Amino acid sequence: MNFGDLVRRRHAGGRLVVQPRMGMSDPETMRAGLLATRKAEASTVGTITVDSYTRQDDLAAIAEALRDGKPLNGYPIASHPAQTTRALLDGLWDEQFPVQVRHGSARPQRIIRALTKAGLHATEGGPVSYCLPYGRTPLADSVRNWREACELLADADEERPHLESFGGCMLGQLCPPSLLVAISVLEAMFFQQNGIDDVSVSYAQQTDPGQDLEAVTALRRLCGELLSGTWHVVVYTYMGAFPRTEEGALSLLGASAELAVRGGAQRLIVKTVAEAVRIPTVAENVAALEHADTVARRAGAAEPPEHERDGGQVYREARVLVEAVLDQCADLGDALLRAFARGQLDVPFCLHPDNAGRTRGRIGPDSRLGWAATGAMPLKGLVNTSAGTALTASGFLASLSHVQHTHDTSALATGPRSIEANSGVRR
Amino acid sequence: MNVVVEEDRRPAPDARPVIVSSTVSDAHTWNLVYLQLLIEELGYQVVNLGPCVPEEELIAACARIRPAFVVLSSVNGHGGQDGLRLIRRLRAVGELRDLPIVIGGKLGIGGADPRIVAELAAAGFDAVFDDNSDGPVLLRRFARGLDSGGRRELR
Repeated sequence: MNFGDLVRRRHAGGRLVVQPRMGMSDPETMRAGLLATRKAEASTVGTITVDSYTRQDDLAAIAEALRDGKPLNGYPIASHPAQTTRALLDGLWDEQFPVQVRHGSARPQRIIRALTKAGLHATEGGPVSYCLPYGRTPLADSVRNWREACELLADADEERPHLESFGGCMLGQLCPPSLLVAISVLEAMFFQQNGIDDVSVSYAQQTDPGQDLEAVTALRRLCGELLSGTWHVVVYTYMGAFPRTEEGALSLLGASAELAVRGGAQRLIVKTVAEAVRIPTVAENVAALEHADTVARRAGAAEPPEHERDGGQVYREARVLVEAVLDQCADLGDALLRAFARGQLDVPFCLHPDNAGRTRGRIGPDSRLGWAATGAMPLKGLVNTSAGTALTASGFLASLSHVQHTHDTSALATGPRSIEANSGVRR
Repeated sequence: MNVVVEEDRRPAPDARPVIVSSTVSDAHTWNLVYLQLLIEELGYQVVNLGPCVPEEELIAACARIRPAFVVLSSVNGHGGQDGLRLIRRLRAVGELRDLPIVIGGKLGIGGADPRIVAELAAAGFDAVFDDNSDGPVLLRRFARGLDSGGRRELR
């Protein structure tokens, strides 16, 4: 059974699929991490996160690290022989426990070849979402690379391939939800146009629970209108500065599980209580998976208010943005390039040379994430940017820590415990 | 971090811009956005080169733009090494020998290190703010120093 089929079947059975971020350079340690994920008291799927040298195609640096026994920050899937990866998955990975390879590369071909050679079929990324937020690879190169990546993945014959768009996570924070929704849907359409039939779209939790619910609803509505093939929705627990107290971290994680359930998403990528201070341990990841699962099972699918049922303002903005891209030309890759070149898509605070950089996001007094400037994006008439004060350096710092502060403050009211002091986990 | 905001200062239309940049190996963005806003509030226009800037691109941008000064920021722990390599190449370019340039952030793996600071200053940085919570205040003081006659002409 392919990745998407399993996720949808679990969801139909009333369970949210929860998934960690996890990548170790040593195959035995990686296997142990996957085994712990599988055994967790939750509806899990596995993750192999690839190290940052492999993402940048710097195989010489990996060869050196492996030779000197230096640990990498992920599993170097393109450097270990396929046999090693098959052995680490042996008896662990099956129909009930699929494994997704996660990376972050604008040049993913080598990673795709390695994962299909090892018998895997599920991964993620996208021509925009794995290019603009990181480094300086030209967007046109990334589009070309991702076309090739889709073909490589589609040609793999082990199982029907699955590809997730990371577009709902652009820069992690301060990108208004409508643009996240639009980019994720557009990348999923790009995947399908390039031969990947089973896709997922993403949305990262932002600053306001009501707006987040609207956004996930908007995402599902747009997918229903625009995608062919099969698809599901994945929610990411908040990706910006994480709360520093354990209670604050759990409260934010729990809110993301509720968002996933109430928004009708099928899968959740979790964060842990250690997120603010360091890379989490396997035990912390398992605890996060189990906490999210517990909250998800408790969260009833209560009937949301109407603006959240139809996607509201987020839907209206996202629809206009998607249409502006589709109007460019039939080829989605070329259409995305034109839209960014004309500033019709423009990611706030993204410094990539191929991003126009004329938009800005801001957190309103109601905690909703909105637009302070829309540049050349076709949002005039839909968005009011005149209200509110100009963005200052200190205001910007406060925005970056708004969510952290909100959840830590509510934790303080009940008496915080320090993460390091409480978790008993060694560094 | 406490930041005193001065809202009444606007960039003078004829002012030379300031270049904000990361180092070649550093993919972080939010520090660069923050610095841009901070420097804009001092009355300058900012050319933000973004993350992962190759040395030759930064040097070419300096020669082309002739900025009032350059702010290099790195938080990935490799800023000391990356900064040293860069400043040696940059100071070897005759016309950039006197260009005011500062570096700050988390420059070493293990927190603030006076040796890294001394080495970077000796190699040609005009100021080094290593893992220093007063960085924004010191940067503002540095810019003011240039403003009040301390600015050196580019050759």
